[in-house]
Amino acid sequence: MYRFALGRLLQAIPVLLVVITVTFFLVHSAPGGPFSADKAVPPEVIKALEEQYNLNQPVWQQYIGYLGDVLRGDFGPSFKYSGRTVNELIGAGLPITAELALYAMLVALGVGITAGVGAAMRPNTLQDYLPMTGAMIGICMPSFLLGPLLVLIFGIHLDWLPVSGWGDIPGDKILPSITLGTGYAAYIARLSRGGMLEVLSQDYIRTARAKGLSERLIIVKHALRGGLIPVVAFLGPAFAGLLAGSFVVETIFQIPGMGRFYVQAAFNRDYTLILGMTIFLSTLIIVFNLLSDMLAIWLNPKLRHELEGAKS
Amino acid sequence: MAILEVSGLKVYFHTRNGVVKAVDDVSFSVDSGETLAIVGESGSGKSVTCYSLLDLLPKPPAKIEGGTALFNGHDLLTCSAAEMRQHRCNDIAVIFQDPMTSLNPFLTIGEQLIEPLIYHPNKDQVTSRAEAKEKAVALLDEVGIIDPEVRFDCYPHEFSGGMRQRVMIAMALITEPKLLICDEPTTALDVTIQAQILELIKKLQETRNVAVIFISHDLGVVAGIADKVMVMCDGTIRETGDTDNIFYKTKDEYTKKLLAAIPEGAKTLPNRCNTDEALVEVTNLKTYFRNQAAAAKDDESQFVKAVNDVSLTISRGEILGLVGESGSGKSTLGRSILQLAPTTAGSVSFNKQVLTGMTPKKLVPWRQKMQMIFQDPYASLNPRMTVFETLSEPLLYHGLATQKTIAAQVKTLMDDVGLAQAQLRKYPHEFSGGQRQRIAIGRAIATKPEFIIADEPVSALDVTIQAQILDLILNLVERHNLTMMFISHDLSVVRYISDRVIIMNRGVIIEQGDTEALWAHPKQQYTQDLLSAIPLADPVSERNRIASR
Repeated sequence: MYRFALGRLLQAIPVLLVVITVTFFLVHSAPGGPFSADKAVPPEVIKALEEQYNLNQPVWQQYIGYLGDVLRGDFGPSFKYSGRTVNELIGAGLPITAELALYAMLVALGVGITAGVGAAMRPNTLQDYLPMTGAMIGICMPSFLLGPLLVLIFGIHLDWLPVSGWGDIPGDKILPSITLGTGYAAYIARLSRGGMLEVLSQDYIRTARAKGLSERLIIVKHALRGGLIPVVAFLGPAFAGLLAGSFVVETIFQIPGMGRFYVQAAFNRDYTLILGMTIFLSTLIIVFNLLSDMLAIWLNPKLRHELEGAKS
Repeated sequence: MAILEVSGLKVYFHTRNGVVKAVDDVSFSVDSGETLAIVGESGSGKSVTCYSLLDLLPKPPAKIEGGTALFNGHDLLTCSAAEMRQHRCNDIAVIFQDPMTSLNPFLTIGEQLIEPLIYHPNKDQVTSRAEAKEKAVALLDEVGIIDPEVRFDCYPHEFSGGMRQRVMIAMALITEPKLLICDEPTTALDVTIQAQILELIKKLQETRNVAVIFISHDLGVVAGIADKVMVMCDGTIRETGDTDNIFYKTKDEYTKKLLAAIPEGAKTLPNRCNTDEALVEVTNLKTYFRNQAAAAKDDESQFVKAVNDVSLTISRGEILGLVGESGSGKSTLGRSILQLAPTTAGSVSFNKQVLTGMTPKKLVPWRQKMQMIFQDPYASLNPRMTVFETLSEPLLYHGLATQKTIAAQVKTLMDDVGLAQAQLRKYPHEFSGGQRQRIAIGRAIATKPEFIIADEPVSALDVTIQAQILDLILNLVERHNLTMMFISHDLSVVRYISDRVIIMNRGVIIEQGDTEALWAHPKQQYTQDLLSAIPLADPVSERNRIASR
């Protein structure tokens, strides 16, 4: 298992290098720069700024210098948020976004698995059609529509929950988590329904029935583990997607997470912030994919043994 | 009094294409300590009959339309879900056909064994984990699992097929059932393992005095163990009676057909091989696979030696039978000869031309001369190609036909393999297993090859269909002057079709010789064991054989 993880992490190095290189040259080749603004700025000011941030050097020199910084874990200073480094900005936004993503994931797992497993237990009945129709709607509904809709219903019309903020008023974390989690809940519902249907048609489920086990035990003990493997494999990409895709929800609910930095950095040509965010998120995606793959392997005794055999 | 009395059982499947009467008015009874064999081909309703007793059929589409099944006076067909759980836990157990898929791969076998005891629906019958384990280990020992204490914590994939079936048997017996349903328990197993499992079931039945319903498609298997036989076809009973009566005083036409279809005795056609000219020569062939689960890299165990230093020759015009149990390397040898598997060392030559080491491009003209018929006609035909496309593809690819002549050539092929020309535009799923195998054979002979390797071409087929396909193959060999290597695990089939036989085990040739000579005087212990394990469709000699083992 360790060897497997180590191998996968080593594979990640060239991937990250490609990501850094492509992003670096893309942002530098985009027209405009961090200091070109609507207002005319005296050329000597721009020159001084460019000197300060090493932008007057040839691009390849900047690239080498940047790689060296990244190796040391330093993403450099932000060009737009003066006086703050990219590391600081990510450090400030990440805990909030991570918390939001975690709650959204819990919503997605709880709702998705319940709906999917319930549907798979009675396929082609109302218990199947209702949640699956809901899931279809959930997948189709963009969060910039669902968010305001929830705000209208639960925040303004019913006046049950706060409509914005994060950690200021009790309950203000509920609506954003639901908004962000719904799309993933829908997807997980479909995955777990498919996985469970597959497993429930297996011969060993028939064996379990023939042994006289209760239907509940058959589902929980015999079917869930195999049936949820597709969901487990989806967890990694989903969690990374939640972190990277929180921008819309953070904007709707005025949450000071890191999603907004990503978008603003692109508008502002804030080279270091764009690069820093991209590298950070790519690393997260790689790590979470690895974690969910390892979990999926660990859940399957056969694969687990093969890997353990390869290790010793 | 009979422990189980089924009368007028009707199970229908309500499908989109109408109602299928899977079981139609079936009645039978079993006493304690008695073995009833239900024999029939696929689709005869034999498994559905038994699954309906334990409510194991998917509903819908299945629906029980009528009848009663009295187990000690209680009707199994109308009882509540709670009562059914009681019957499943205490009274009736099932051994399923395929031990590979019938055990949960995610749970240890120990856990699966003790489940019915520790989660028993009756409070006073719930056993503690430790007690259940003790019982399970004792049972594993009894069914022949070595080192049961340790194996208790292993997962199913760590067991071979035969061992898994032993675990299945232990699992069925752990609740001390009064009726044991065995659904083709040995069909997925090798012949020597089959003999062991049959003996085990027989022994356990005698010590426990349980009633057994033994479902099988193979009359040979049931001859030695059944007290009564019930022959089913298309959901109805064709004949029921004492085993001896069914075999020796057969009344029903269908039963006679089943008995006649069992391949028996020697090849009736003469050996067509009259030269010493070798068509295929294999010298010191080795095919190794890398073992993913192997330990250190430099270790010997990193290779699975599927074919380990095999040399053989096949003369022009002969039918060579290649026999071996699963994992013996027989299929790999076949594929290696045709250059369909990467060989590690050694050489294969065809018509004096060395094939090993040739580039794929250079092999193309030779591929036309060597063809293969695969085991599973359900998997080896492309489901998205019509029969016409499947049959015309090799002809056009090798330039043996033009767009003008192709239609006529394919129609000739259809005639050759006994398929109606009107079915040319159909897709594989519209055909039965036997018809599909005819298509696969047609594809193989399309390019007018000199040499064909048939890899278990009949093992997925029912016995009556098997007989037809074997005759078709013999007929085609005769007409097209073919040389053939016939791979099979079924010794009777190989004897029926081959001039010469090679016995393989663990990647090496154990013994070879002319078929009848080898059958009469097997020299190696392995061959003797193999031959003595073949079930005979003759109750008296079969009983004697079991008694003498």
